[in-house]
This record gives sequence, C-alpha cells and structure tokens, in this order.
Amino acid sequence: MMNLPRLFFGSRTASAPVARERLQILLAHERGLRGQPDLLELLRAEILATVSRHVVLDPEKVIVRMDRGDNVSTLEVDIEVPMFAERKSNAALGTGYGSTRTGAP
Amino acid sequence: MAKVLVVTSGKGGVGKTTSTAALGATLAQMGQKVVVVDFDVGLRNLDLVMGAERRVVFDLINVVQGVAKLSQALIRDKRLENLWLLPASQTRDKDALTDEGISKIIADLRTRFDWILCDSPAGIERGAMLAMRYADEAVIVTNPEVSSVRDSDRIIGMLDSKTVKAEKGERVEKHVLITRYDTARAARGEMLGIEDVLEILGTPLLGIIPESQDVLRASNVGSPVTLNDAGSAPARAYVDAARRLMGETVAMIVPVERKGLMDRLLGRRAA
Repeated sequence: MMNLPRLFFGSRTASAPVARERLQILLAHERGLRGQPDLLELLRAEILATVSRHVVLDPEKVIVRMDRGDNVSTLEVDIEVPMFAERKSNAALGTGYGSTRTGAP
Repeated sequence: MAKVLVVTSGKGGVGKTTSTAALGATLAQMGQKVVVVDFDVGLRNLDLVMGAERRVVFDLINVVQGVAKLSQALIRDKRLENLWLLPASQTRDKDALTDEGISKIIADLRTRFDWILCDSPAGIERGAMLAMRYADEAVIVTNPEVSSVRDSDRIIGMLDSKTVKAEKGERVEKHVLITRYDTARAARGEMLGIEDVLEILGTPLLGIIPESQDVLRASNVGSPVTLNDAGSAPARAYVDAARRLMGETVAMIVPVERKGLMDRLLGRRAA
C-alpha cells in the first residue's frame, strides 16, 4: 500500500488543485443551465400548441429532434397528421371578440 | 417544533445511511425523540445498519397505501428508547411512493417526534425528491472527490427549488457533512481539501467524518457507529455534528493522522 520512497522523498505533483479547477469551471457552466426547461421539450410543446389550433393531432405523434453536426445543426420536426384529420372550424377558432372559443387549448 | 431533516447527496456510497443512523442515535442520546425514515424503496439498508432488519413487519409503502397504521410500522430501537425507525419497502416499486401519502406521513410524524431524519436514496428520482420535499433542513453528505462534489452541487440546486419550503419562498437550511476524509491523502494534495469543497459548494460545514475502519465494523454488527464505539474518531465527529444541529457552537476539529511510522510500515489493521 504505502510507497516508502514517496513517503520520505515527497509525492508526485498534487492532483487536488487540478480537481478543484475542473470542478469550478464545470459547476459554473452547470449552474447557468439549471432551472431552464429543456429546449427540445419547449419547442415540441409550442409546435404542438400551434398546429393543434388548426388540426386535431395526437400529441404522441409530434416528434422534435435535433442533430448537431460539426458545421450544421438540423432541427427535425415530424408531425403525423391523421388520415381524416379533423380541421377545426373557423367558429371554433374564434376570430371575433365575444365568440366562444371551444377549440382553444 | 419538530424538524424534518433530509440526509442526501445525489451520489451513492458516500455515507448517507451511516450518517443518518449515527446522527439519529446521537440526537436520541441527547434526549430528543427521533425517527429515522428510509426512503430507499427497493434497496432499503437503514434497517440493516441499525440492526433492526429482523424486526421489520410493515413499511413506509404499507402506511402510504393504508395497509398498516403508522404506529404499526414504527420500530423502536432496542438500545435507545427515544429512537425509532420507519423502514422502506424492499419488494415494492419506488413509484408506490406518492407525494400525497408522504405529505400525510410527515405531518403525522411531526406530531410525534422532535426530529424526523429522512435517509434519501442516491440519484434524483422520485424517492430522492420525496425525501427532500418536506425538509426544513438538509445534510448534504459529500466525499472530497470530484464526482461527489458535483452531485452535491446539483442536489443543493434542487433543495433550493423543488422543496415545499423553496416553493413558499423560504429556505431549507443546508449543511455539508464531509465524510470519508483521509487526512494523509489531503495533506499530500491527493484529495480535495475541506476549504476547496466548502468554497465550491458555498454551504456551511456541519462536520468532518474521517475515513475509518470503525464505520465498517459498526455496520457489520448493525449498530450506529456512535453507539458501537463511542470513543472512535468517526463517532466523536458525528457527536459534534449532532450538537451543531442542536444549535450548539462546537469547534471544528479537522481529523489528524494519528498513525506512527510503524503503523504505516505494517499497513492498516483489518476490520
């Protein structure tokens, strides 16, 4: 277990300062992200809300994906619209004041 | 006024259960009426560390689901009459814990005890979130090591946002308990020092528990280390920590290496 020469003649360079510095940098970054909602979840919720205002959708069939490449990142939005999609009526959209907004989320 | 204290860490294996048992036993010895509650559903161990594993009949989930009354599930310690254990379920799924159920149990425990110590499971899932949810105070058990400090920082963030106190705009009183502190390695610069950990976490120190064979020996026989070997270095450090929880001012003792050269040459004594 004990390394005698090291015990008497001093140790290698201490690693604790490296640990300390790495932690400080990492935690400064992580604390900044804390409390922010996940970006993809946020996009998914807003896209779903927008499209649902016009077409009846299955929320499970709205998929938002992000790919990060070296040069280009892509945002892929995959929404499955039912074969006989029920289009929300204009009345339900409620364009005028005082109308009943039945279809609004 | 009863106090709910969560013993938490994020990372596993840092000493949450050992610390819950030792702090609970010490507070009970100081005359406080204490219950230690195991939130680690499916992987309970507080019963084993407390030496009560063969006396478990009903558990936390049974009480949540109304199968048993709280008084039926509470197990009184055989050594300390002020100390009680509420075990977790070993067989049920952790999803059996509900916020509503825990809320009722904590409210009930508050009427019966001075201290409710919640032993959190590792991780940040339901059991861990519910263990901290109703806390007034928190002990964040941290090893002086990068992954433990990082996880503690995350847990501190959750204590400040996901607890009932935080949601009401109040603060959970937080303390860092440094465990498995190896003086010799810290002196050689191989381990984060106390100041490093405290500065990074920005949270006051409750105590420093030295790495010790006494801790393993105590868990082997099913006794909190403070009862099993009251004179040992970790036991004394836990007693000091408990006194600080009680509001006493106790000078912080950084454990020192007591080994002589012969001990070093002959290696450590086996547990």
